[in-house]
Amino acid sequence: MTTTSSAATGARSGAIDAGRDFADVTGSDASLRRFLHGLPGVDQVGAEARAAVLGTRSIKTSAKAQAIDLAISMVDLTTLEGMDTPGKVRALSAKAMRPDPADQSCPAAAAVCVYADMVATARQVLGDSGVNVAAVATAFPSGRAALGVKLADTRDAVEAGADEIDMVIDRGAFLSGRYLQVFEEIVATREACARPDGRSAHLKVICETGELQTYDNVRRVSWLAMMAGAHFIKTSTGKVQPAATLPVTLVMLEAVRDFREATGQMVGVKPAGGIRTSKDAIKYLVMVNEVAGADWLRPAWFRFGASTLLNDLLMQRTRMRTGRYSGPDYVTLD
Amino acid sequence: MVKVPDTATPTPSFDYAPAPESRAIVDIAPSYGLFVDGQFVDGQGRAFKTINPATEEVLAEIAEASAADVDLAVRAARRAHTRVWSRMAGRERAKYLYRIARIVQERGRELAVLESIDNGKPIRESRDVDVPALAAHFFYYAGWADKLDHAGLGPDPRSLGVAGQVIPWNFPLMMLAWKIAPALAAGNTVVLKPAETTPLTALLFAEICQQADLPAGVVNIVTGAGATGRALVAHPDVDKIAFTGSTDVGKQIARTVAGTSKTVTLELGGKAANIVFDDAPLDQAVEGVVNGIFFNQGHVCCAGSRLLVQESVAEEVLARLKRRMATLRVGDPLDKNTDVGAINSAEQLAKIRQLSDIGEAEGAGRWSPPCDLPATGFWFPPTVFTGVTQAHRIAREEVFGPVLSVLTFRTPAEAVEKANNTPYGLSAGVWTEKGSRILWMANQLRAGTVWANTFNKFDASAPFGGYKESGYGREGGREGLLAYLKGASA
Repeated sequence: MTTTSSAATGARSGAIDAGRDFADVTGSDASLRRFLHGLPGVDQVGAEARAAVLGTRSIKTSAKAQAIDLAISMVDLTTLEGMDTPGKVRALSAKAMRPDPADQSCPAAAAVCVYADMVATARQVLGDSGVNVAAVATAFPSGRAALGVKLADTRDAVEAGADEIDMVIDRGAFLSGRYLQVFEEIVATREACARPDGRSAHLKVICETGELQTYDNVRRVSWLAMMAGAHFIKTSTGKVQPAATLPVTLVMLEAVRDFREATGQMVGVKPAGGIRTSKDAIKYLVMVNEVAGADWLRPAWFRFGASTLLNDLLMQRTRMRTGRYSGPDYVTLD
Repeated sequence: MVKVPDTATPTPSFDYAPAPESRAIVDIAPSYGLFVDGQFVDGQGRAFKTINPATEEVLAEIAEASAADVDLAVRAARRAHTRVWSRMAGRERAKYLYRIARIVQERGRELAVLESIDNGKPIRESRDVDVPALAAHFFYYAGWADKLDHAGLGPDPRSLGVAGQVIPWNFPLMMLAWKIAPALAAGNTVVLKPAETTPLTALLFAEICQQADLPAGVVNIVTGAGATGRALVAHPDVDKIAFTGSTDVGKQIARTVAGTSKTVTLELGGKAANIVFDDAPLDQAVEGVVNGIFFNQGHVCCAGSRLLVQESVAEEVLARLKRRMATLRVGDPLDKNTDVGAINSAEQLAKIRQLSDIGEAEGAGRWSPPCDLPATGFWFPPTVFTGVTQAHRIAREEVFGPVLSVLTFRTPAEAVEKANNTPYGLSAGVWTEKGSRILWMANQLRAGTVWANTFNKFDASAPFGGYKESGYGREGGREGLLAYLKGASA
């Protein structure tokens, strides 16, 4: 407990650099509840309708080519399986650096996302290619472990060379209203992201919205994570259904937009799980463009957590360039 | 930690390439006659031109039905009513209505493209709203055709006879469906006059009636302007008049039919209040306000043309609204990404301009997002007026365009007073997360439709109509049958 409270104090003075200071909000469960429950509600029907209309945008020709390249550069190429091996991770890392071996102009993916014990392997392959290593941590995917274990998990990954940490929140604590606990765990994890050289791994906070279920909760958890210093808010682990959906991402994009308005700081968004086709990816990019704004249309501020999506993007990319649909045998397996 | 984008990196831009829906699917003839007694016939009067309001291109010459033409159409409708349609079993009538609904779905793209070309509305709306609503109305009323005895409208309801129907240009197909589907289901035959500026889809619908083998004379379509409408309304052998349009014309119609045996339903203008409380789901409320006034270029009788926002959140709502308005895509109606299309006619554009200029002269603050409007055609940018009071003309008169007036209130009682302080009463919207307040407001608001946390939602099963100068009678739902049945009462 000592660790968390001192970390929380650190966050109050340090995590929020500019604009609004949330120290008065993040002091207790009661004040956090007042703030989070005071955020405007989300009407389910209206949010889903807005997401559906944005999904009807028709992105063709030059805009489609631009969107596909952008989406490729935003992919966190992910493998999070019990059966992961160094061989698998090496293959995936090679693919992330050069998704289309036949085409030099194809952009690299943003990152490779693995479990902590695979970070060193990924790091070795990726080197200074510019493709980041992201590691899931904090007892991913359930988050059901003591804080000390979660932090050790995080430090392990950072020491092994992770550039980005994808942590999970304690959904049980959130659903039972222990907001301060969730807040302090995020703050502590962010502290654990620090490296000896003074730089710090970027922290993505996985909210597992499929378990939080309501859009009101999505908005609240987004603000909670942003106030605690998240660099990114992420929808899902990919292990729970539903994973990322357009309306959930809409609510998160509204949250980062409003947070920037309030504090001047930008936070990234990462939908993860269930995004498999180029068509889906483009719908997300349209939503980023029209809800949060074009500033977020960069890998630094928007990511896709995905594994199969990349190959569909590559096939569509080839089709756009050659006029022919090549088929799955013409893209690499991983 | 620097958490804002580096100012040296330019902001990325994501420009959507043009995504035009193909026009190839529609086949517009150089000229069109009238649809009378199951056939397309030449009119005896002059012809007029219908144009594409987005380009001012002439689309076709349309026959202007004379009084004699209207008489032929009414006679055909009478014959069809007496000899065929009123004697046909309800389940047989239903088959025709179901068949029409299915053909409408099959030819949906064609109907949507033609509607956008002739009307100027975005293809996204004609494709996703107008045409599905057209089919839904025929499916819905097809279901009633053989159940009229059990509709709770009396023991043995009978059809009225011949219905004369006059519809506006804002939703040519949807209004046609609201008029024709219940009339036919109840055993009436119809003579319908589409609006002068948007006759093409009604004529395509006539073709669909032929394709469905609908008996001759059950549906007759007479094109023309005011004179044609007056001839239809005044025709002595018409049993019922159904009109949707302006309050002025509605009053003329009421005078014309006074003292005759004709029954009338009128669906007229509106100046709806969209009321946003401080506990509203603000993002969705802003979406609802945008949908309320910019849907169909604001050419909507139930448009939420007055935003009543609680003072405590007025500034925030207005800021969000302006940000959202800046993302509206105004332009080519056939582009699948267009949100706001062309104003339907030069005449309507002049009215919108005039009232907006009056708003500015009266001291309200006028704002539109920057948008490049095409050089030809009729266009008006999405516009919001702030600092509007009940005394301003833009708060009282129907603009029928993409122009929103913003007023504020302090308490629920004041919101109700201001919302009701209008000669109209077609619709209203209430935005609050408090269920009890929604119910209380719905009881206080004198409007035919009150939407809660949504706006401009229609369903074939939901009756629609106005209070006060917004008209009388209800269309849609079981109640919609009442207007077309003798001996029926709710």
